Amino acid sequence: MTHHVRARATLASLALLATSACSAVGGSATDGDRTEGAAPSEVVLVTHESFGLPDELVAQFEEETGFTLTTRAAGDAGTLSTKLALTAGDPTGDVAFGVDTTFASRTIDEGVFDTYEPTTLPEGAEDYALPEGADRLTPVDVGHVCVNVDTTWFAEKDLAPPASLEDLTEPAYQGLFVTPGASTSSPGMAFLLSTIAEYGDDWPAYWERLLANGARVVEGWSDAYYTDFTQGGEDGTRPIVLSYDSSPAFTLTEDGTESTTAALLDTCFRSVEYAGVLAGAANPEGAQALVDFLLSEDVQAALPESMYVFPVSSAVDLPEDWARFAEQPTDPYAVDPAEISANREAWLTEWTDVTTR
Amino acid sequence: MTRRLLTLAGLAALPLAVLGVFFVLPVGGMVARGLWADGAFDPRGLVEVLGRPRVHRVLGFTLWSATLGTLLSVAVGLPAAYVLHRLDLPGRRVVRAALLVPFVLPTVVVGVAFRQLIGEGGPLAFLGLDGTPTAIIAGLVFFNAAVVIRAVGAAWESLDRRPAEAAAALGATPWQVLHTVTLPALRPVIVSSASVVFLFCATAFGIVLTLGGVRYSTVETEIYLLTTTLFDLRSAAALSVLQLVVVTGLLVVTGRLRAVADPTVSRQFARLGRVSRRDVPALAATAVLLALVAAPLVTLLVGSLRAGDGWSLANYRALGSTGDDPAVLVSAGEALLISLRTAVDATWIALLLGLSIALVVTRRSRSRGERRVRSLLDGVFMLPLGVSAVTLGFGFLITLDQPPLDLRDSPLLVPIAQALVALPLVVRTLVPVLAGIDDRQRQAAASLGAGPLRTLWTVDVPVVWKPLLAASGFAFAASLGEFGATAFLAREDQPTLPVVIFRLLGRPGELNYGTALAASVVLATTTAVVMLVVERLRVPSLGAF
Repeated sequence: MTHHVRARATLASLALLATSACSAVGGSATDGDRTEGAAPSEVVLVTHESFGLPDELVAQFEEETGFTLTTRAAGDAGTLSTKLALTAGDPTGDVAFGVDTTFASRTIDEGVFDTYEPTTLPEGAEDYALPEGADRLTPVDVGHVCVNVDTTWFAEKDLAPPASLEDLTEPAYQGLFVTPGASTSSPGMAFLLSTIAEYGDDWPAYWERLLANGARVVEGWSDAYYTDFTQGGEDGTRPIVLSYDSSPAFTLTEDGTESTTAALLDTCFRSVEYAGVLAGAANPEGAQALVDFLLSEDVQAALPESMYVFPVSSAVDLPEDWARFAEQPTDPYAVDPAEISANREAWLTEWTDVTTR
Repeated sequence: MTRRLLTLAGLAALPLAVLGVFFVLPVGGMVARGLWADGAFDPRGLVEVLGRPRVHRVLGFTLWSATLGTLLSVAVGLPAAYVLHRLDLPGRRVVRAALLVPFVLPTVVVGVAFRQLIGEGGPLAFLGLDGTPTAIIAGLVFFNAAVVIRAVGAAWESLDRRPAEAAAALGATPWQVLHTVTLPALRPVIVSSASVVFLFCATAFGIVLTLGGVRYSTVETEIYLLTTTLFDLRSAAALSVLQLVVVTGLLVVTGRLRAVADPTVSRQFARLGRVSRRDVPALAATAVLLALVAAPLVTLLVGSLRAGDGWSLANYRALGSTGDDPAVLVSAGEALLISLRTAVDATWIALLLGLSIALVVTRRSRSRGERRVRSLLDGVFMLPLGVSAVTLGFGFLITLDQPPLDLRDSPLLVPIAQALVALPLVVRTLVPVLAGIDDRQRQAAASLGAGPLRTLWTVDVPVVWKPLLAASGFAFAASLGEFGATAFLAREDQPTLPVVIFRLLGRPGELNYGTALAASVVLATTTAVVMLVVERLRVPSLGAF
C-alpha cells in the first residue's frame, strides 16, 4: 500500500514541480539545496510564532559567522514542542528556540536535543538553568505570568486591589477576575501551575473557591485581555486579569508618566525559554553559533522589545518603559519541569473537571 | 479497456495522486504513529480510548452542534438563496459578496467581535449568550450560511422556470410549487451543500473555543489538546480514526440522499422575478441572516476606527509598516499580497482538480461497478474537510521528509493544503450542475462531428460557467481565510494576512490590537471586492445563456 502511494506520489510531485514553474509563489527560492559533503552555509532555526529579532541583529549574526539564518516559525510553544518531538532525530532544522519550562522535559525525554553547553553564560543566566538537561538546553529569556490589576478601576472604586492568590477568593473581588484556560492557553497553564505550587494537592479546592467567587475562564490570553479586562477593550468589565509581568509597560497613560495597570508580584509563575542544538542537525556548528549568539549582549538587550520577555542576562540595560513599569517578581512560583511533564495530563483532566462542573 | 475509460482514469489520476500524497499519506502516518506501539499494531488502545466517557461526551457534542449548525444554516440559507439569486433586488450583488466575508475572517477575530457583542460589557449582554452552546451555534451559522446561499443560489438561478409556472397555471399554490417542483429539483445541491457545511461545523475549532469558553470540547479541539499539549498521540490517533468513520458514514448517507432518479434538469437563464408580497417571509429570513452577519462585522469596523478614547485612522496607518514590532516581520499590506498570491494558486489548483473530479464522477456510467467507483471517488475528496488540520499538519512533518517527497519546507505546501480545503466546495458546486446535463446533448454534439473538447465547450461549459465562477469565488475565499493548516505551514517570511492578524492579537499594546482589527477589515473588504469582480466575469460569447 505504501509503495503504491509513494509511486503515485512521485508522479504527483513531478507534476507539481512542473506546474509550480508558473505559480505565483513558486518564484520564491526553496532552500532544499543543502548538498551533503560541502560545509553547510545555512543555519535553520525552528521556533514558535512569537519569535522575532530585528533585521540588524540577523545581519550581524550572518556577518560574524558566515552562515545565513533561515527561520521557520509556526504555532505556539506546545505546537513547537510537539513538532520537535515528532521529528526527533530527523529535524526540520539545526537549532530550536522557544521550548519553555513546561515543555522542556518532553523534548529532552524524546531525544530532541544534542548536548551543547556554551562556554560562558551571561551573568545571572545560571539561575535559570534546568535542574536536569542543562547540558542540552540553554536559557535565553525569562517571563513571568502574573495576575494584573487595573489600578485606575480600583482607585475609582476606592478599593484596595488584591495582592495574593488567596485574595482572589475574597468576596470583595467577586466577579472581577478573568483568566485564560489551562487547557487552551500557555499562560493559563502557567497560572494553574502557580496554584499548584502554592496549594500543593489542595489546588482543586482553591479552584472551586475561585470559581465560586465568580472567576471567569475564557479561551486565550487575547480573549481575556482584550475582551474582558477593563484596560484591554473598551467594553471590558473585569479589572483583574491573568497576564504577564511586562504587561504594565504597555498600558501607559497618554503622557507616559505612569501605567494604568500593575502586576501582582506574589502571584507569578516563572517561565524560561530555552535554545538547543537539534540531534541530527545538518549544521551543528552553525547551530552552536546561534545558541551563543542568542546569549550575546546585543540579542539579550533586544529581547524585551522584540519578544516581550526579559533577558536572562542581568548585565544588559532594559528599555526605559520596562525599567520603570515592568517589575519582575523576586520570588516567583516554580514547578520542576520533570514534575510538570509527569503530571500534566492528570492535572489538566482534574482542572477540566473542576472548571466545567 | 476502452479509450473512454482510459480518458476518465487519466482525468482522475492527478487528483488522486495529490490526495494520496497530501492527505492519505500524512494522516495515515499520524494515525499509524499513534496506534502502532513499538512496531506492533495495538488495537486495544483504540478500543480503550473510544470507551472513555469523555470521548462519548465530546463526540456527542460535536454531532449535536454540527447537526444543529447545519440545519440552521440551511434554514436561513435557502430563503436567502432565493432572495439573492431569484429576485430583482437592488444591491443584491453587493449583499451576496458581503455574505462571503465571514468565510474568510480568522475565527479568532470573529470570536473577539462576537464576544464584544454578547460578552458582559457588550450591547447584547442581556441575552446571556456568552459561553453558551447557543453562541457556538450562532457562530457556526455566521460562518457557514454563505456556503448554502452560494451553492444553492447558483443552481436556483439557472433552474428552468417552466415546470414551476406550469404547476402554478394548473392551480398549485406557491407553497405547493415550492414543495413539489422547486425543492425536489434543488435537492441534490441542497444535500451537497449541507454535507459540506456539516463537515465545516464538525471540524470548527477556534469558534468553539472562543465562544464556548473552555467548557465545550469537540473532537477537533480534543485532538488539538491531546496532540500539542498532552502529546498523547495514541488517543489523538483514535479520535482521528473516529473522525474518519463519522465522515465516511455521513458521505454514504448524503450520497443516498443526493441521488435522484433522474438528475437531468433542463436549464436556462431565468429572468429575475419582481419582489411581491408572497416573498415577505423569505425577505424577513434574509434580513435576520444579514443582521447576524452584519453585527459582528460592524463591531469589528467600529473597533478598528477607535484609538485611545476617540475616532482615528491610526490603526490603518499602522498597516503599512511593521511598526516597532520585529516579531511581525512583514507589514499587513505585504501579508495581504502574499495572501492573494497564495489564494490564486490554491484556487487554480482546486479548480483544476475539482473540475477533473466533477467530470469523472458525472459522466454516465455503463455498468453498476463503474457507477460504484464513481460515487466512491465523489466522496473520497470530501475527506480532507472532515479530518483535523492538526493531524494533517503534523502528518506532513513526519511523512513528507524523504526524497522524492522531501516537501516539508516547500512553499507549495500552503496553497496545496488550502486547495484541499477548497476542493470539496468546488466539487460539490459543480457535480450537481454537471449531473443535470442531459447526456443526449453530448451524444448529439458528438454525432454532429464535435470532438470531446468541442463537446465540452459547447455543451458543458455554458451550463457550468456560472457555477464554476461561484466555485472559484468560494475556493478563493476559503483559501484567503484558511488558518489552521496555514498557520502551521506558513513560512516566517511568507505569512498570510490571517496569520499576521493572529500574531498581532497575541501581543500587548493597544496599537497591535487595533492594527489586527484594521487588518481584518481590510481582509474582509478585499474579499468582498474580489467576489464582486468574479461575479461580473462573463464569457462574452456565452453572455446570452
